[in-house]
This record gives sequence, C-alpha cells and structure tokens, in this order.
Amino acid sequence: MIKFEKVSKIYLFETEPQSRRPPKSVAVEGVSFEIQTGEFVSLVGRSGAGKTTLLKLLLAEEKPTAGQIYFGKENVHEIERAKIPNLRRKIGVVFQDYKLLSAKTAYENVAYVMAVMGAPNQVIESDVHDVLEIVGLSERGHHFPAQLSGGEKQRVAIARALIHRPEVIIADEPTGNLDPYNTHDIIQLLIKIHDLGTTVILATHNKEVINHLGKRVLTLEQGRLIRDEQRGKFIL
Amino acid sequence: MFLALERIILLGWEKFSRDKSSTWAALIVTAVVVFMFSSLLFLQGVSVFLLSRLENSVDVSVYFAQDASEEDILAFKERLLPVPEVKDAVYISKDKALEEFVALHKNDQFIVDALETIGTNPLLASLNILAKDPGQYPKIAQFLEQEAFSGIVERVDYKDRQNVIQRMEELTKGIRLVVLIVSVGLAFIAVLVAFNTIRLTIYNSRDEIEVMRLVGASNSFIQGPFVVQGIVVGVFGGLLTFLFLFFLSWFAGPRFESFLSGFNLFEYFTSHVFLFLALEFGVGIGLGVVSSVVAIQKYLRI
Repeated sequence: MIKFEKVSKIYLFETEPQSRRPPKSVAVEGVSFEIQTGEFVSLVGRSGAGKTTLLKLLLAEEKPTAGQIYFGKENVHEIERAKIPNLRRKIGVVFQDYKLLSAKTAYENVAYVMAVMGAPNQVIESDVHDVLEIVGLSERGHHFPAQLSGGEKQRVAIARALIHRPEVIIADEPTGNLDPYNTHDIIQLLIKIHDLGTTVILATHNKEVINHLGKRVLTLEQGRLIRDEQRGKFIL
Repeated sequence: MFLALERIILLGWEKFSRDKSSTWAALIVTAVVVFMFSSLLFLQGVSVFLLSRLENSVDVSVYFAQDASEEDILAFKERLLPVPEVKDAVYISKDKALEEFVALHKNDQFIVDALETIGTNPLLASLNILAKDPGQYPKIAQFLEQEAFSGIVERVDYKDRQNVIQRMEELTKGIRLVVLIVSVGLAFIAVLVAFNTIRLTIYNSRDEIEVMRLVGASNSFIQGPFVVQGIVVGVFGGLLTFLFLFFLSWFAGPRFESFLSGFNLFEYFTSHVFLFLALEFGVGIGLGVVSSVVAIQKYLRI
C-alpha cells in the first residue's frame, strides 16, 4: 500500500565561507520499507531522527532528494500539483499540536474535511455527530478549540482525521503534549480505528506506548532506518 | 459546483464575522483608502471648478468700427460661433458699453464731465469671446484678424492680453499636473498600505491555510473564503465611507462654499452620487479581492 524506495531528503544551505554550519543537513538517507493495508506501524527515533520528514514526504509536503514513494500504485511525487489534495484526502493526519482551526468549533473543524470533499449537508451532519460520539465529544461539538483541554483537542483532531474514512491515518507524536491518562485514551482510540480496518502510522518517541502496543516498529537513527521488527520494542 | 460556491461564500462570511481582529484592521484600512480616493474625486471637482472660473475670467474682445451696423455684427457672430475653438461670444452694443462704462465711473467726475463734453457715444460695439481652452486664443485671434473682416473690425485686443493669457494657461496646466501627481501619489500610497494590511492579516492565517492544505482542501476552496472576506470588507468599507462622506459634505458644503469660490461640496456629492458609489465600492471590493488573491498565493504552494 505504501512503499518507500531508497528515499533520501537532504537540505542544502547557502553558507558563508567561514560559517560553522555544515552546507547540508541529511534528514533522511536511503530509507526503504513497505506498509501493507491494515497494518499498524510505529515510527520511533529520537527528535531529529527523520520521523516527521518521512511523513511529510508521504503527504507530498516535501519532495525527496532521491528515491521513490508510492501510495497504492501512484508515485506520490509524480502526482500533478492540482491533484495533490486528492492524495491528502486518502490520508487522515493527527499532529502533536492538534492544528485545529481556531475560529471554528469542534463540530466545524470535523465538518470542514467533509465540506472540502463535497459531501452533502445531511451526510456531514450525521457523520460528524457519529464520529464525535466515537471520540467521546458529542457534548462538546459547539466549543471552540480554546475552550477545550489538550486531550479533547486531540480527540477532535482524531475525529477530523477519521471523518472521511481515509485509507491511512498518520499520527505524528499525537501524545506529545498530553498527560498519561489522555495518552492512554488517544492510543486506545488509534487501536480502535485500526481494528476497524484503517492502516495507522504512528510516529512517537514514547517508549511505554510502543512497548505496550506490541505492533510493527520501524526505528530511525540520524535519518537511517536501523531496525524493522514485526512485534517491536522501543530500543535506542 | 453550486454547493462548493455556497460553502465558500458561507466560509468567507464566517471568517468576516468571527475573525474580528483581522476583519476590523482590514475594514478600517479599506475605509481609509476608499475615503482617500473619494477625497481625490472631490479635489478633482474643486480644481476643475476653480480652474474653469479662472479660465472664464479671461477672454478676447473684438471691437467693431463706428459705422458697423448691429446686423453686420450679429452676422459676424453667427460666423464666429461655429469655429471649433470658440466656446461662447457675448455681444456688447455701443449703448450697453456706454451704460457699463458710466456705471463703472459714476464716481469719477472727470470722466463724467468728459463724456458730457463729447456729447456722443465714443465707445465701440464689441464681442467678448471665450475660448474652450486658453491655449486656443491665438487661433481665434488669427481668425478675427482675417483680411475679410477688416471692413467692420476696428481692433482685436488679443495682443494686449497675450501675456496674461499665456501665463494663465501655464498656471492652469501646472495646477492640473500637480493635482494629477498628488492624486496618483496618494492613491499609490493608499493602495500599498491597504495591500500590506491585508497581506498581514493573511500572514496571520498561514497556520490555518496549512491545515486546510493538509486535510485536502483544493487551492480554490482555501482561497475562496479569503476572497469572499475581501469582498465583504470592501462592501462594508465602501458603505461606511459613503455614509461618512454624505454627512461630511452635507455639513461642510454650505460652510466652505464661500471659501471655495462658490463650490458646494454637498451639491457636487449629490450630483455625482453614482460616480462616488462606483468609486467607493469599486476601490473597496477591488482592493479586497486583489490583495487577498495576491497575498495568499505564497501560502498555497505545495
């Protein structure tokens, strides 16, 4: 379903002759792996290991310096610019900092994704109601993000990622800003979503979460993939 | 298609009504810019009025021979009026000329006595000729000094007034140029200020735009609400300025009339009301739309 083939991402800088900064920064180098439909895969590594870069490459937010990335049969970086939104609609994304639209209520944040896809109003209404119920926020739909706790914001973000039934959900450090209780709830939600048949990619450096999951783990170090285990542990 | 359009309009309205800080900033700046453009229209009106007053105060007179009959003079006038450079020609008969002369010098006993001594009317009938443009007086003078008219035309006073006319022509041209430069300069500054304000409000929305991109919104779906917000800001900015100018000109019109040599701001505003409406809504909406479209491009790159 998702395939990375010898993918590298190198940022080049224009540096002064006497600058101490290196002229390039290797974010990801020679990374290859495949993810099958319905898998739950965790990407682990220290900060700066390249987890977020890999996810950005998959979302076509960044272009690889070398290598190919496939989503299904499509080469992500050969997709026409105007058709990139179609790729992104197949992927639901959950961020560490939630990235909710601050001027919209929880309900509207979730509904926005369906509006983008052109769903009829009645469908939006019933689906948003259902998904807010799944994440336990059916009573908080009319609240703005500023009126919600961190855990609640992340639930809204998950509801938004789920609402259009994407093929894949990417969660980039979704528990990074949460306390252990909310962390547990969010991971349980992701497991539930996976059990319903959605492929989940979780990027995290939370050791307990990874060891508790007992799912496939890809370990990155300094931009390289150093380990790929089917029932992996957090080893760094 | 219509559903997407309806949603874009609703999202734009939502942005306008909820995003209060950026809406107010954009609204105030748009209103100020529209006000500046409207003021330039007033400036244009005042300058045209005053310049035309100035131009009308200068004319060329042609004096007719003592024995020229009124019929000949009126026939001459009929031949003169179709000349393209001539705006108007006013006939002053000998009697009228005397009447005006006496009225003008009624307190000057020496002149009154002199007229009585002469016993007859020494003044000549004349035509006061007004050109459409001060630069056209030489051509008119040329027409008047034709050989064919030498029988009835005694003299043309163009040569006496040539210097004054030329200076006035230079002055009016200079004033027009200054008004034009000031208008273009102020308009440019105003547009720049408004564009930058709208650019800043969109800059504040860059995270929001990023989220929209990442959830799969197309560029038109992202850009549309900003454009709608720009249109609504333009409409309200234009409306605010229109109402403000209505009351301002109503208040100031009669009070500044004598200062502006008879130019009434309120009369000018009401007689050009559609021009003001078109300018205010056109500038407001145009500015909102163009600034939004240009400013958002940067954040739509994938």
